[in-house]
Amino acid sequence: MPVSVKHSESIFQSLKRCGIQIASALPETWLVHLIRMLEDDPQITLVRLAKEEEGVGISVGAHLAGVPSVMLMQNHGFLASVNGIVSVAQLYRIPLLMLISQRGQFGERDPWQTEGGGVTEHVLRALRVPYETLKNPTQVARTIEQAQTLANAALRPVAVLLSRELMWEDE
Amino acid sequence: MKRTEALEAVYGQLKRHIVVTIMGAVAVELQALGHQDNFFYLQHGMGLAPSVGLGIALSRPAHKVIVLDGDGSLLMNLGGLTTLARYRPKNLVHVVFDNESLLSVGGFPTATATGSDLAAIAAGAGVPHTQRAHTLKDFKAAFEQALARNELTTLVVKVEDTGPASFVTDLTLLENRFQFKRHLETLTS
Repeated sequence: MPVSVKHSESIFQSLKRCGIQIASALPETWLVHLIRMLEDDPQITLVRLAKEEEGVGISVGAHLAGVPSVMLMQNHGFLASVNGIVSVAQLYRIPLLMLISQRGQFGERDPWQTEGGGVTEHVLRALRVPYETLKNPTQVARTIEQAQTLANAALRPVAVLLSRELMWEDE
Repeated sequence: MKRTEALEAVYGQLKRHIVVTIMGAVAVELQALGHQDNFFYLQHGMGLAPSVGLGIALSRPAHKVIVLDGDGSLLMNLGGLTTLARYRPKNLVHVVFDNESLLSVGGFPTATATGSDLAAIAAGAGVPHTQRAHTLKDFKAAFEQALARNELTTLVVKVEDTGPASFVTDLTLLENRFQFKRHLETLTS
């Protein structure tokens, strides 16, 4: 599977540097290595979800209890979480850090992924969620740390979009 | 039994633990009994109260977390029961007030009015202990057992579909949120 282990590792290390102790996730092809790394880390609790919106609740609980957390999902999972993002994370001013694999962009071969890519950024903008697309491997640590810094300062959700360039190594 | 009676019967214990409630009647009625810094009212995001409770329970394993849920809310996130069961936090007690109705929006019957059994669904999801209570006496006993058990419990309590006249209280959402977080910060471990 040509998902980049190296770049998954640098995302993982960035999350460690951010002090993340709880990660909630739903399996997604691009995130398999990252999810495994999080699961294998004794200092991190990985919460495997049934549906992504639950992850908003878990991050809200973790924040209120003083524990830094992250949500990992693909963009369709983000779309499935919108009500939780609006009616809990935004309503209650929660610094929610979301890492979203941006499926459905140029190079996407899976027909079922092609709609989500076209609407994800529009929905993020409509929700006024600040986001950056992460393409350059040298910017992984900076982007994730700065996303967390903004989330904590603004007390609002923030998203990092993980691009195909970063996550996928074409054969 | 009325939900207010059930809340009043266990208020003494609620005061001593971390409590997360759903929106609507449960939040209003608990506040009427006396708000405390350790009570958090999730005034929207229906279905996510057990998820918020799980996030707190995993973060604060030395403290009991009581989630006061309802049938309408829980039915919106039945998958959340499987997540709760997967991590089965020993320090979480999940109480579901089942009035078979979406009371705060006009009393529309939920699926529990037509035979869906939330205690059976929780058991099927893998929650290690599930119980039902129909009388105040049974609820009080079951609640005390659940608190003492040290294992994840879902307790489904059948209550009347009556509630308060108004669902807005003096406590603002953000005031409650910051107060509750400050309270959790004072807890050791």
